[in-house]
Amino acid sequence: MTEKTIYELSQPGRKGFIFPASDVPSTPLPEAFEREAVNLPELSELDVVRHFTNLSHLNHSVDGGFYPLGSCTMKYNPKINEVAVRLPGFSQTHPLQPITSVQGNLYLMYQLQEWIQEISGFHKVSLTPAAGAHGELVGALIIKKYHKDNNETQRVKILIPDSAHGTNPATSSMSGFDVVPLPSDERGNVDLVALKSNCDETLAGLMLTNPNTLGLFDENVVEVIEMVHSAGGLVYGDGANLNALLGILRPGDVGFDIMHFNLHKTFSTPHGGGGPGSGPVGVSESLAEYLPGPIVTIVDEGDEDNPPFYGFYMPEKSIGRMKAFFGHFGVLVKAFTYIAMLGPDGLRDIGEKAVLNANYLMEKVKKDYFLPYDRTCMHEFVVEGTWKDAPGIHALDISKRLIDYGFHPPTNYFPLIVHEALMVEPTETESKQTLDAFAAAMKAIAQEAREDPELLTKAPHTAPIRRTDEVKAARDLVLCCWTPEIL
Amino acid sequence: MYTPHTPQEIEEMLRVIGLKSVEDLFASVPQEYRFPDLNLPEGLTELEIAAELNEIAAANATSDEFISFLGAGAYNHYIPAAVDAILSRGEFYTAYTPYQPEVSQGTLQAIFEYQSLMTELTGMDISNASHYDGATATAEAANLAYHHFRGKRKKMLVARSVNPEYRETIRTYMTGLKNVIVHGDEPLNPGEDQISKLLEMIDKETAIVIVQYPDFFGRILDYTKVVEKAHEFGALVTFVFNPTALGILKPPSAFDADIAVGDGQPLGIPLSFGGPYLGIFTVKEQFVRKLAGRLVGETVDEDGKRAYVLTLTAREQHIRREKSTSNICTNQGLMVLAAAVYLSVLGKSGFKQVANLCYQKAHYAAEQLSKLAGFELAFPDAPFFHEFVLKTPMSVNEINHRLEEYWILGGYDLSQTFPEMENQMLVAVTEKMSKDDIDDFVAALEEVTHD
Repeated sequence: MTEKTIYELSQPGRKGFIFPASDVPSTPLPEAFEREAVNLPELSELDVVRHFTNLSHLNHSVDGGFYPLGSCTMKYNPKINEVAVRLPGFSQTHPLQPITSVQGNLYLMYQLQEWIQEISGFHKVSLTPAAGAHGELVGALIIKKYHKDNNETQRVKILIPDSAHGTNPATSSMSGFDVVPLPSDERGNVDLVALKSNCDETLAGLMLTNPNTLGLFDENVVEVIEMVHSAGGLVYGDGANLNALLGILRPGDVGFDIMHFNLHKTFSTPHGGGGPGSGPVGVSESLAEYLPGPIVTIVDEGDEDNPPFYGFYMPEKSIGRMKAFFGHFGVLVKAFTYIAMLGPDGLRDIGEKAVLNANYLMEKVKKDYFLPYDRTCMHEFVVEGTWKDAPGIHALDISKRLIDYGFHPPTNYFPLIVHEALMVEPTETESKQTLDAFAAAMKAIAQEAREDPELLTKAPHTAPIRRTDEVKAARDLVLCCWTPEIL
Repeated sequence: MYTPHTPQEIEEMLRVIGLKSVEDLFASVPQEYRFPDLNLPEGLTELEIAAELNEIAAANATSDEFISFLGAGAYNHYIPAAVDAILSRGEFYTAYTPYQPEVSQGTLQAIFEYQSLMTELTGMDISNASHYDGATATAEAANLAYHHFRGKRKKMLVARSVNPEYRETIRTYMTGLKNVIVHGDEPLNPGEDQISKLLEMIDKETAIVIVQYPDFFGRILDYTKVVEKAHEFGALVTFVFNPTALGILKPPSAFDADIAVGDGQPLGIPLSFGGPYLGIFTVKEQFVRKLAGRLVGETVDEDGKRAYVLTLTAREQHIRREKSTSNICTNQGLMVLAAAVYLSVLGKSGFKQVANLCYQKAHYAAEQLSKLAGFELAFPDAPFFHEFVLKTPMSVNEINHRLEEYWILGGYDLSQTFPEMENQMLVAVTEKMSKDDIDDFVAALEEVTHD
């Protein structure tokens, strides 16, 4: 099914919305700057609602089906979160209102700061970063400023394991660092020999994702962090995979200096088709004054009759402001709601069930797919999507065939260190029945690959569209609708 | 809470894995740190948290209870009901970045339509799929310019009348790059004006000139000469625009801007205490391979049917890693959808109407306020859109404090970020305000300043 574009649906003269007539005397527009009407589509409200509803039907979503996209933590997004954020007391507050008139918002932010600190083991948290990559940029800029303040500007090197997300090296170069990739050893841990050889006076820091993108907990994490610290470097933790550690381990306890948290992964705020995310950053005590602000603090402790009074402050040596206002407040409300409902037991339950689900599924899938790192995994695992006796079948074909079985494909071709990688993250909210059905589909596909490979190479067969011509998209570059000129 | 496992299922799953207990799954986690006691309040049921949230939200004063004249980068517009109806669809908000086009055509086409609407709005050739907000989009414009000149041009020239929080954000982003200077936004000397100051400063070291339109004080300034001079010296020009204003004002393309960025919050996104908002990023065609962020392009599927995909991904971090110029990954997907639905529902006539109402009501307010004894407009000769600077007879902070008794949130106190602007209030007026609201504001101001 192809859905027309809003411009194709447009009918000249049709209206979808009318504002009340002006109730003030008219002022002429500034002639020199006046423009003709913007060429927007002309639709009824029903046209618009039906169009976007039809579009929504073309999406796979967590609400609609299993979404085991590795490293994205596509868990269920509780509906109460959506109710919470729409309370007028939250949604209708202006960011520049007097502090006295937004004490509810500040209380919520303060609690969330405290809770994330407690869950992660960091000394201080700033809620301002807008997404994971934004939080990473904060981390890298903190590392930079910290070394500069210590007159160690020769520290220009950031070490990044070869299993890392692409945002890690991109962040480092955006912050003016030289990126040095670190190999992984045969168990999927950071190669200690390579690490040691890079621990010198030019070392600024290490960016470490733990569990890493292979879904493996680095067994030498304490040693790795000690090596970097003794060389004078800082350790940045990429919190993308924190879901596996909720109630299991606090990264701050093992010596990480800085870490971002993806509220849209770990703390159940929806992914929104690619945002908005939220990427608060936590740091150890010695880096607390480098955080970006504003950060919420208690200005007046209050007493029996008066609640504490909250305000904002900018840390003394702050790297500066990362965006306008105070972060993605609406996303923070959802994360607050989630943590409040879970409590300490619920959080640990998440960590445990996320890891239980991944290991159960891995155990079933590895019977038919090669598992390059065969040990207990954390929240996700990576198998190879290729077989010697099924030439011409790639991870991509398996992914597309999964769509016919009603599943969103796993992350494919990542991490780069696994050949034809399929990275599967089931999350804790999926039932055993769903995992069994997915494992059965994977098994059936492995069989199809040998018996009827075209079923895979031509897949998907039942999706709204077939495979797309991405070369044409990049060559012809059609980036907006054809729109009729205004007459 | 949201985990579905029954005790029997857990046992069966452990048996398949070959472990005795769930704890055994965590053998690789250092034992001395394993299973920390978290000092957090016990979990609540949905009933309990719903009540608690109501209580927390009730501790705030909202723009619905008060008449609010606050703008300064976030605006109190009416949001048609259809916008939230679409945003509330789980098919949209519980999907992720459309990596698999076969099962993501809904999100992809919505972004494609958003890109189209943004190019219509700004007159620019290309729009990406968004940045986090107006401030980060502006910082990314400076980042683009830096890389456009391969780091050889070090000067980023920013007008003082660009939103101060945007200017701070640019500075933070630029600390990662080598020897970049951000300047031009120092306080103006008495008698000096913004445009001539910029004209004086543009030189062959200048990578980019960033101006705001309408500017932070609401003024509609003519940047034609600035653009001409910048282009003469080979520098790029970025317009930071307000999208509502473009309903009646010439778009940035009419001034030959190279990049046009803005915050899309006025396009159907709630105030929500400052976020999440929407960073609009548009460019001339020649920069299409240099802009950061995601792009959706049209193509066909194997049956020749029209389809949409993420395109030019080779620019992005997951492919280029340390060679990419920006690390942006997640953008503002759901806010993009809000803007697309908002502009589709309002359509050509509705959007012009809302822009015009803002303009008319703001001008009525300005006229009434400037008649008050002790008050005057700070820039009486400058045309403005829906915001203006009002000089006040006493501190804005004090006035706003007194206005609360009248259920009015006064305008933004400019002295907070512009020390040279003591006793000056930035007043914003939108279509949500009636003539009566404005008259009440005028009357209240008169009372609170004449006790």
